[in-house]
Amino acid sequence: MHFCIVKKENYLQMKLKSNIAISESGFVFDAGTGETYSLNPVGADILKLMNEGMKQEEITAYFLQNYDVSQGVFESAYFDFISILNQFNLIDR
Amino acid sequence: MIKKLTIAVTGLNNTDNPGPGIPVIRSLRESKEFDLRVIGLAYENLEPGIYMENMVDKTYQIPYPSGGADLLLERIKYINEKENIDVLIPNFDAELYTFMKAEKRLYEMGIKTFLPTIAQFEERQKAVLPEFGKKYGVDVPKSTNLTSVSDIRKLKKDYEFPVLVKGKFYDAHVAYNEEQVTTHFNKISAKWGLPIIVQEFIKGTEVNVVALGDGKGNTIGAVPMRKQFITDKGKAWGGITIKDEKMLDLTHALIEGTKWRGGMELEMIRTNDNKYYMIEINPRIPAWVYLAVGAGQNIPEALVKLAMGDKVEPMSSYSAGTMFVRYSYDMIGDISQFEKLSMTGELDNIHK
Repeated sequence: MHFCIVKKENYLQMKLKSNIAISESGFVFDAGTGETYSLNPVGADILKLMNEGMKQEEITAYFLQNYDVSQGVFESAYFDFISILNQFNLIDR
Repeated sequence: MIKKLTIAVTGLNNTDNPGPGIPVIRSLRESKEFDLRVIGLAYENLEPGIYMENMVDKTYQIPYPSGGADLLLERIKYINEKENIDVLIPNFDAELYTFMKAEKRLYEMGIKTFLPTIAQFEERQKAVLPEFGKKYGVDVPKSTNLTSVSDIRKLKKDYEFPVLVKGKFYDAHVAYNEEQVTTHFNKISAKWGLPIIVQEFIKGTEVNVVALGDGKGNTIGAVPMRKQFITDKGKAWGGITIKDEKMLDLTHALIEGTKWRGGMELEMIRTNDNKYYMIEINPRIPAWVYLAVGAGQNIPEALVKLAMGDKVEPMSSYSAGTMFVRYSYDMIGDISQFEKLSMTGELDNIHK
Protein backbone atom coordinates (compact mmCIF):
# COMPACT_ATOMS: atom_id res chain seq x y z
CA MET A 1 0.00 0.00 0.00
CA HIS A 2 1.20 3.50 -0.83
CA PHE A 3 1.25 4.88 2.69
CA CYS A 4 3.74 2.28 3.83
CA ILE A 5 6.50 4.00 1.84
CA VAL A 6 7.14 6.77 4.35
CA LYS A 7 6.99 6.43 8.12
CA LYS A 8 3.81 7.79 9.62
CA GLU A 9 5.62 10.20 11.95
CA ASN A 10 7.16 11.89 8.90
CA TYR A 11 3.68 12.88 7.78
CA LEU A 12 3.03 14.96 10.86
CA GLN A 13 4.16 18.23 9.39
CA MET A 14 5.18 18.42 5.82
CA LYS A 15 5.99 21.16 3.43
CA LEU A 16 5.61 21.28 -0.29
CA LYS A 17 8.77 22.04 -2.26
CA SER A 18 9.38 25.73 -2.77
CA ASN A 19 9.03 25.30 -6.55
CA ILE A 20 5.41 24.25 -6.25
CA ALA A 21 2.68 26.76 -7.05
CA ILE A 22 -0.99 26.06 -6.34
CA SER A 23 -3.75 28.18 -7.82
CA GLU A 24 -7.15 28.86 -6.26
CA SER A 25 -8.71 26.38 -8.69
CA GLY A 26 -6.49 23.53 -7.46
CA PHE A 27 -4.07 23.60 -10.41
CA VAL A 28 -0.56 22.66 -9.31
CA PHE A 29 2.59 23.64 -11.22
CA ASP A 30 6.00 22.23 -10.36
CA ALA A 31 8.35 24.89 -11.73
CA GLY A 32 11.35 22.59 -11.27
CA THR A 33 10.10 19.88 -13.62
CA GLY A 34 7.40 21.63 -15.64
CA GLU A 35 4.84 19.01 -14.51
CA THR A 36 1.28 20.11 -13.86
CA TYR A 37 -1.46 18.42 -11.82
CA SER A 38 -5.16 19.01 -11.28
CA LEU A 39 -6.55 18.57 -7.78
CA ASN A 40 -10.13 18.18 -6.68
CA PRO A 41 -11.32 20.64 -3.99
CA VAL A 42 -10.38 18.24 -1.15
CA GLY A 43 -6.82 17.83 -2.44
CA ALA A 44 -6.54 21.57 -2.96
CA ASP A 45 -7.72 22.17 0.64
CA ILE A 46 -5.12 19.75 2.01
CA LEU A 47 -2.27 21.42 0.13
CA LYS A 48 -3.48 24.85 1.17
CA LEU A 49 -3.52 23.81 4.84
CA MET A 50 -0.09 22.16 4.52
CA ASN A 51 1.25 25.37 3.04
CA GLU A 52 -0.16 27.29 5.99
CA GLY A 53 2.06 25.10 8.18
CA MET A 54 -0.68 22.95 9.72
CA LYS A 55 0.27 19.60 11.24
CA GLN A 56 -1.50 16.40 10.31
CA GLU A 57 -3.72 16.42 13.45
CA GLU A 58 -4.76 19.98 12.71
CA ILE A 59 -5.61 19.11 9.12
CA THR A 60 -7.60 16.10 10.33
CA ALA A 61 -9.47 18.28 12.82
CA TYR A 62 -10.25 20.79 10.09
CA PHE A 63 -11.70 18.10 7.83
CA LEU A 64 -13.72 16.47 10.62
CA GLN A 65 -15.22 19.84 11.36
CA ASN A 66 -15.91 20.95 7.78
CA TYR A 67 -16.63 17.71 5.92
CA ASP A 68 -18.94 14.77 6.55
CA VAL A 69 -16.18 12.20 7.09
CA SER A 70 -14.97 9.91 9.88
CA GLN A 71 -11.43 10.15 11.24
CA GLY A 72 -10.50 6.67 9.96
CA VAL A 73 -11.72 7.29 6.44
CA PHE A 74 -10.09 10.72 6.26
CA GLU A 75 -6.71 9.57 7.59
CA SER A 76 -6.59 6.63 5.22
CA ALA A 77 -7.30 8.90 2.25
CA TYR A 78 -4.92 11.54 3.61
CA PHE A 79 -1.96 9.16 3.93
CA ASP A 80 -2.71 7.79 0.50
CA PHE A 81 -2.71 11.31 -0.91
CA ILE A 82 0.56 12.18 0.82
CA SER A 83 2.15 9.05 -0.62
CA ILE A 84 1.15 10.19 -4.07
CA LEU A 85 2.66 13.63 -3.42
CA ASN A 86 5.84 11.83 -2.38
CA GLN A 87 5.84 9.69 -5.49
CA PHE A 88 5.60 12.79 -7.62
CA ASN A 89 8.43 14.34 -5.64
CA LEU A 90 6.39 17.31 -4.50
CA ILE A 91 7.23 17.13 -0.79
CA ASP A 92 10.28 18.78 0.67
CA ARG A 93 12.19 15.93 2.31
CA MET B 1 19.10 55.09 -29.44
CA ILE B 2 17.42 52.93 -32.05
CA LYS B 3 19.91 51.29 -34.37
CA LYS B 4 19.14 50.79 -38.05
CA LEU B 5 20.29 47.32 -39.02
CA THR B 6 19.99 44.88 -41.88
CA ILE B 7 19.97 41.30 -40.68
CA ALA B 8 20.12 38.24 -42.92
CA VAL B 9 18.64 35.03 -41.59
CA THR B 10 18.42 31.44 -42.85
CA GLY B 11 16.08 28.71 -41.61
CA LEU B 12 12.73 30.04 -42.86
CA ASN B 13 11.33 26.50 -42.99
CA ASN B 14 8.63 27.02 -40.42
CA THR B 15 7.28 23.50 -40.86
CA ASP B 16 6.59 20.63 -38.45
CA ASN B 17 10.38 20.30 -38.31
CA PRO B 18 10.98 24.01 -37.91
CA GLY B 19 14.13 25.94 -38.58
CA PRO B 20 14.91 28.70 -36.08
CA GLY B 21 14.73 31.51 -38.69
CA ILE B 22 11.21 32.75 -38.06
CA PRO B 23 11.45 32.61 -34.23
CA VAL B 24 14.76 34.49 -34.48
CA ILE B 25 13.21 37.17 -36.71
CA ARG B 26 10.17 37.40 -34.47
CA SER B 27 12.43 37.93 -31.46
CA LEU B 28 14.43 40.62 -33.27
CA ARG B 29 11.26 42.36 -34.45
CA GLU B 30 10.30 42.74 -30.78
CA SER B 31 13.52 44.51 -29.93
CA LYS B 32 13.05 48.12 -28.99
CA GLU B 33 16.66 48.85 -29.85
CA PHE B 34 16.63 48.02 -33.56
CA ASP B 35 15.00 49.42 -36.64
CA LEU B 36 15.28 46.34 -38.81
CA ARG B 37 15.37 45.31 -42.39
CA VAL B 38 15.27 41.53 -42.49
CA ILE B 39 16.62 39.59 -45.42
CA GLY B 40 15.50 35.98 -45.67
CA LEU B 41 17.96 33.52 -47.19
CA ALA B 42 16.04 30.50 -48.47
CA TYR B 43 17.21 27.20 -49.86
CA GLU B 44 13.74 26.16 -51.02
CA ASN B 45 10.98 28.18 -52.66
CA LEU B 46 8.27 26.90 -50.35
CA GLU B 47 9.87 27.71 -47.03
CA PRO B 48 6.82 29.18 -45.26
CA GLY B 49 8.74 32.06 -43.69
CA ILE B 50 9.16 33.64 -47.14
CA TYR B 51 5.41 34.23 -47.34
CA MET B 52 4.64 35.17 -43.73
CA GLU B 53 3.52 38.64 -42.79
CA ASN B 54 5.84 41.00 -40.87
CA MET B 55 8.80 38.65 -40.94
CA VAL B 56 11.19 39.03 -43.88
CA ASP B 57 11.30 42.21 -45.95
CA LYS B 58 12.85 40.41 -48.88
CA THR B 59 13.93 36.86 -49.61
CA TYR B 60 16.83 35.66 -51.74
CA GLN B 61 17.39 32.10 -52.78
CA ILE B 62 20.80 30.75 -51.85
CA PRO B 63 22.52 27.55 -53.02
CA TYR B 64 22.98 24.63 -50.62
CA PRO B 65 26.40 24.56 -48.92
CA SER B 66 26.90 21.10 -50.45
CA GLY B 67 27.23 22.92 -53.79
CA GLY B 68 30.47 24.45 -52.54
CA ALA B 69 31.37 27.33 -50.25
CA ASP B 70 32.48 29.56 -53.13
CA LEU B 71 29.13 29.38 -54.84
CA LEU B 72 27.32 30.22 -51.61
CA LEU B 73 29.65 33.11 -50.81
CA GLU B 74 29.33 34.49 -54.35
CA ARG B 75 25.60 34.61 -53.83
CA ILE B 76 25.95 36.25 -50.40
CA LYS B 77 28.29 38.81 -51.98
CA TYR B 78 25.68 39.64 -54.61
CA ILE B 79 22.94 39.96 -51.96
CA ASN B 80 25.19 42.10 -49.80
CA GLU B 81 25.90 44.51 -52.66
CA LYS B 82 22.18 45.16 -52.87
CA GLU B 83 21.29 45.00 -49.18
CA ASN B 84 24.37 45.97 -47.21
CA ILE B 85 23.96 43.28 -44.55
CA ASP B 86 25.13 44.13 -41.02
CA VAL B 87 24.69 40.74 -39.35
CA LEU B 88 24.11 37.26 -40.76
CA ILE B 89 22.51 34.59 -38.56
CA PRO B 90 22.81 31.07 -40.00
CA ASN B 91 20.37 28.66 -38.37
CA PHE B 92 21.10 25.21 -39.76
CA ASP B 93 23.67 22.81 -38.35
CA ALA B 94 24.55 21.67 -41.87
CA GLU B 95 25.45 25.17 -43.09
CA LEU B 96 27.29 26.34 -39.98
CA TYR B 97 30.63 24.89 -40.93
CA THR B 98 30.65 26.83 -44.21
CA PHE B 99 29.72 30.09 -42.50
CA MET B 100 32.25 29.59 -39.69
CA LYS B 101 34.98 28.94 -42.25
CA ALA B 102 33.91 32.02 -44.17
CA GLU B 103 33.75 34.29 -41.12
CA LYS B 104 36.74 36.37 -42.24
CA ARG B 105 35.56 36.66 -45.83
CA LEU B 106 32.13 37.73 -44.63
CA TYR B 107 33.69 40.26 -42.28
CA GLU B 108 35.67 41.72 -45.16
CA MET B 109 32.36 42.20 -46.96
CA GLY B 110 31.11 44.08 -43.89
CA ILE B 111 28.94 41.20 -42.67
CA LYS B 112 29.29 40.27 -39.01
CA THR B 113 28.45 36.89 -37.52
CA PHE B 114 28.59 35.56 -33.98
CA LEU B 115 29.37 31.89 -34.32
CA PRO B 116 31.31 29.25 -32.39
CA THR B 117 34.89 28.62 -33.45
CA ILE B 118 35.61 25.56 -35.58
CA ALA B 119 37.26 23.92 -32.55
CA GLN B 120 34.18 24.52 -30.38
CA PHE B 121 31.94 23.23 -33.16
CA GLU B 122 34.00 20.10 -33.70
CA GLU B 123 34.54 19.04 -30.11
CA ARG B 124 30.80 18.87 -29.34
CA GLN B 125 29.97 16.77 -32.43
CA LYS B 126 27.78 13.78 -31.57
CA ALA B 127 30.50 11.40 -32.75
CA VAL B 128 32.95 12.68 -30.10
CA LEU B 129 30.49 13.43 -27.30
CA PRO B 130 32.06 10.93 -24.83
CA GLU B 131 35.41 12.76 -25.08
CA PHE B 132 33.61 16.08 -24.65
CA GLY B 133 31.84 14.80 -21.53
CA LYS B 134 35.12 13.62 -20.07
CA LYS B 135 36.91 16.89 -20.80
CA TYR B 136 34.24 19.10 -19.24
CA GLY B 137 33.06 16.76 -16.48
CA VAL B 138 29.55 16.18 -17.82
CA ASP B 139 27.78 12.81 -17.84
CA VAL B 140 27.00 11.68 -21.36
CA PRO B 141 25.42 8.42 -22.52
CA LYS B 142 27.77 5.74 -23.82
CA SER B 143 27.97 5.90 -27.62
CA THR B 144 29.64 4.17 -30.56
CA ASN B 145 30.21 5.39 -34.10
CA LEU B 146 29.20 3.01 -36.84
CA THR B 147 30.76 3.29 -40.25
CA SER B 148 29.38 0.10 -41.78
CA VAL B 149 26.41 -2.22 -41.33
CA SER B 150 28.76 -4.98 -40.20
CA ASP B 151 29.57 -2.93 -37.07
CA ILE B 152 26.00 -3.43 -35.86
CA ARG B 153 26.66 -7.05 -34.88
CA LYS B 154 29.32 -5.90 -32.42
CA LEU B 155 26.87 -3.74 -30.48
CA LYS B 156 25.40 -6.67 -28.59
CA LYS B 157 28.32 -7.03 -26.20
CA ASP B 158 28.30 -3.38 -25.07
CA TYR B 159 24.66 -2.31 -25.29
CA GLU B 160 21.27 -3.36 -24.06
CA PHE B 161 18.33 -2.59 -26.29
CA PRO B 162 16.71 -0.19 -26.86
CA VAL B 163 19.40 2.13 -28.21
CA LEU B 164 19.24 5.46 -30.01
CA VAL B 165 20.43 5.60 -33.61
CA LYS B 166 21.46 9.08 -34.69
CA GLY B 167 22.71 10.89 -37.76
CA LYS B 168 25.73 13.17 -37.44
CA PHE B 169 23.59 16.29 -38.00
CA TYR B 170 19.94 15.28 -37.74
CA ASP B 171 17.61 12.38 -37.05
CA ALA B 172 17.36 10.16 -34.04
CA HIS B 173 15.39 6.93 -33.74
CA VAL B 174 14.91 4.39 -30.99
CA ALA B 175 15.81 0.84 -32.05
CA TYR B 176 14.73 -2.21 -30.11
CA ASN B 177 16.80 -4.81 -31.94
CA GLU B 178 19.62 -5.19 -34.46
CA GLU B 179 17.23 -5.25 -37.42
CA GLN B 180 15.83 -1.87 -36.45
CA VAL B 181 19.35 -0.49 -36.04
CA THR B 182 20.12 -1.69 -39.58
CA THR B 183 16.99 -0.04 -40.99
CA HIS B 184 17.76 3.29 -39.30
CA PHE B 185 21.43 3.01 -40.27
CA ASN B 186 20.52 2.71 -43.95
CA LYS B 187 17.91 5.46 -43.89
CA ILE B 188 19.97 8.01 -41.95
CA SER B 189 23.27 7.34 -43.72
CA ALA B 190 21.59 7.76 -47.12
CA LYS B 191 20.44 11.20 -46.04
CA TRP B 192 23.21 12.54 -43.81
CA GLY B 193 26.21 10.32 -44.48
CA LEU B 194 28.47 8.52 -42.01
CA PRO B 195 29.17 7.91 -39.21
CA ILE B 196 25.95 6.80 -37.62
CA ILE B 197 26.01 7.17 -33.86
CA VAL B 198 24.52 4.53 -31.59
CA GLN B 199 23.82 5.89 -28.16
CA GLU B 200 22.79 4.25 -24.91
CA PHE B 201 19.11 4.94 -24.22
CA ILE B 202 18.76 6.88 -20.97
CA LYS B 203 15.32 6.75 -19.45
CA GLY B 204 14.06 10.04 -18.10
CA THR B 205 12.65 13.41 -19.03
CA GLU B 206 14.17 15.47 -21.81
CA VAL B 207 15.02 18.98 -20.70
CA ASN B 208 16.69 21.61 -22.85
CA VAL B 209 18.40 24.93 -22.36
CA VAL B 210 18.74 27.74 -24.90
CA ALA B 211 21.83 29.75 -24.09
CA LEU B 212 24.18 32.37 -25.41
CA GLY B 213 27.90 32.59 -24.69
CA ASP B 214 29.96 35.70 -25.29
CA GLY B 215 33.10 33.79 -26.32
CA LYS B 216 34.92 34.81 -23.15
CA GLY B 217 33.33 32.29 -20.83
CA ASN B 218 30.33 34.39 -19.80
CA THR B 219 26.76 33.20 -20.15
CA ILE B 220 24.74 36.10 -21.53
CA GLY B 221 21.43 34.29 -21.36
CA ALA B 222 20.08 30.84 -20.48
CA VAL B 223 16.52 29.55 -20.21
CA PRO B 224 15.63 25.90 -19.49
CA MET B 225 12.55 24.28 -20.98
CA ARG B 226 10.74 20.97 -20.81
CA LYS B 227 9.02 19.69 -23.91
CA GLN B 228 5.35 19.08 -23.20
CA PHE B 229 4.26 17.87 -26.58
CA ILE B 230 6.60 16.18 -29.03
CA THR B 231 5.96 15.54 -32.72
CA ASP B 232 6.74 12.26 -34.44
CA LYS B 233 10.02 13.91 -35.50
CA GLY B 234 10.88 14.50 -31.86
CA LYS B 235 10.40 18.25 -32.14
CA ALA B 236 8.78 20.31 -29.41
CA TRP B 237 5.24 21.33 -30.37
CA GLY B 238 4.62 22.61 -26.86
CA GLY B 239 6.95 23.44 -24.01
CA ILE B 240 7.24 25.22 -20.69
CA THR B 241 10.07 27.11 -19.00
CA ILE B 242 11.24 25.53 -15.78
CA LYS B 243 13.28 26.58 -12.80
CA ASP B 244 16.13 24.12 -12.83
CA GLU B 245 19.19 25.39 -11.01
CA LYS B 246 21.23 22.28 -11.74
CA MET B 247 20.71 22.64 -15.47
CA LEU B 248 21.61 26.30 -15.32
CA ASP B 249 24.76 25.52 -13.32
CA LEU B 250 25.74 22.93 -15.93
CA THR B 251 25.11 25.44 -18.72
CA HIS B 252 27.21 28.13 -17.03
CA ALA B 253 30.02 25.62 -16.39
CA LEU B 254 30.02 24.43 -20.00
CA ILE B 255 30.01 27.92 -21.45
CA GLU B 256 32.77 28.93 -19.08
CA GLY B 257 34.82 25.81 -19.84
CA THR B 258 34.41 25.92 -23.61
CA LYS B 259 34.34 29.73 -23.85
CA TRP B 260 31.37 29.18 -26.11
CA ARG B 261 30.71 31.88 -28.65
CA GLY B 262 27.18 32.23 -29.99
CA GLY B 263 23.84 30.58 -29.44
CA MET B 264 23.47 26.98 -28.33
CA GLU B 265 20.93 24.44 -27.25
CA LEU B 266 21.85 21.93 -24.60
CA GLU B 267 19.78 18.76 -24.73
CA MET B 268 19.76 16.72 -21.55
CA ILE B 269 17.96 13.80 -19.99
CA ARG B 270 17.03 14.10 -16.33
CA THR B 271 16.63 10.65 -14.80
CA ASN B 272 14.21 9.81 -12.02
CA ASP B 273 17.06 9.92 -9.48
CA ASN B 274 17.84 13.48 -10.62
CA LYS B 275 20.98 12.75 -12.63
CA TYR B 276 21.61 14.72 -15.79
CA TYR B 277 23.00 13.24 -19.00
CA MET B 278 23.92 15.53 -21.85
CA ILE B 279 22.72 13.98 -25.09
CA GLU B 280 23.54 16.77 -27.52
CA ILE B 281 24.77 20.32 -27.93
CA ASN B 282 23.28 22.08 -30.92
CA PRO B 283 25.67 24.86 -31.92
CA ARG B 284 22.99 27.40 -32.79
CA ILE B 285 19.80 28.97 -31.54
CA PRO B 286 16.95 26.42 -31.40
CA ALA B 287 13.53 26.85 -33.03
CA TRP B 288 11.87 27.31 -29.64
CA VAL B 289 13.94 30.42 -28.80
CA TYR B 290 10.88 32.66 -28.83
CA LEU B 291 9.81 30.96 -25.58
CA ALA B 292 12.90 32.47 -23.95
CA VAL B 293 11.85 35.89 -25.24
CA GLY B 294 8.38 35.30 -23.78
CA ALA B 295 9.99 34.37 -20.47
CA GLY B 296 12.09 37.54 -20.37
CA GLN B 297 15.34 36.91 -22.24
CA ASN B 298 15.67 38.15 -25.81
CA ILE B 299 18.61 35.95 -26.76
CA PRO B 300 18.59 36.76 -30.53
CA GLU B 301 18.69 40.48 -29.71
CA ALA B 302 21.68 39.93 -27.42
CA LEU B 303 23.39 37.83 -30.11
CA VAL B 304 23.03 40.64 -32.66
CA LYS B 305 24.43 43.14 -30.18
CA LEU B 306 27.42 40.89 -29.52
CA ALA B 307 27.94 40.50 -33.26
CA MET B 308 27.93 44.30 -33.58
CA GLY B 309 30.59 44.49 -30.88
CA ASP B 310 28.31 46.06 -28.28
CA LYS B 311 28.71 45.36 -24.59
CA VAL B 312 25.91 43.09 -23.38
CA GLU B 313 25.06 42.57 -19.73
CA PRO B 314 24.19 38.96 -18.77
CA MET B 315 20.49 38.24 -18.32
CA SER B 316 19.88 36.10 -15.27
CA SER B 317 16.14 36.21 -14.61
CA TYR B 318 13.25 34.67 -16.51
CA SER B 319 9.82 33.51 -15.52
CA ALA B 320 9.22 29.80 -14.99
CA GLY B 321 5.86 28.53 -16.23
CA THR B 322 5.91 30.41 -19.54
CA MET B 323 4.49 28.12 -22.22
CA PHE B 324 4.41 27.83 -25.96
CA VAL B 325 2.20 25.81 -28.24
CA ARG B 326 2.81 25.76 -31.98
CA TYR B 327 0.10 25.71 -34.58
CA SER B 328 -0.20 25.17 -38.30
CA TYR B 329 -1.93 27.70 -40.50
CA ASP B 330 -2.69 27.94 -44.19
CA MET B 331 -1.49 31.07 -45.97
CA ILE B 332 -3.10 31.87 -49.28
CA GLY B 333 -0.88 33.21 -52.03
CA ASP B 334 -0.74 33.64 -55.76
CA ILE B 335 1.32 31.63 -58.21
CA SER B 336 2.96 34.88 -59.36
CA GLN B 337 4.87 35.11 -56.05
CA PHE B 338 6.18 31.61 -56.43
CA GLU B 339 6.97 32.36 -60.07
CA LYS B 340 8.94 35.47 -59.18
CA LEU B 341 11.05 33.65 -56.61
CA SER B 342 11.58 30.68 -58.91
CA MET B 343 12.54 32.74 -61.93
CA THR B 344 14.54 35.58 -60.36
CA GLY B 345 15.65 34.04 -57.05
CA GLU B 346 14.33 37.13 -55.22
CA LEU B 347 11.01 38.12 -53.74
CA ASP B 348 9.92 41.26 -51.90
CA ASN B 349 7.58 40.50 -49.04
CA ILE B 350 4.15 40.09 -50.56
CA HIS B 351 2.39 41.88 -47.72
CA LYS B 352 4.21 45.20 -48.21
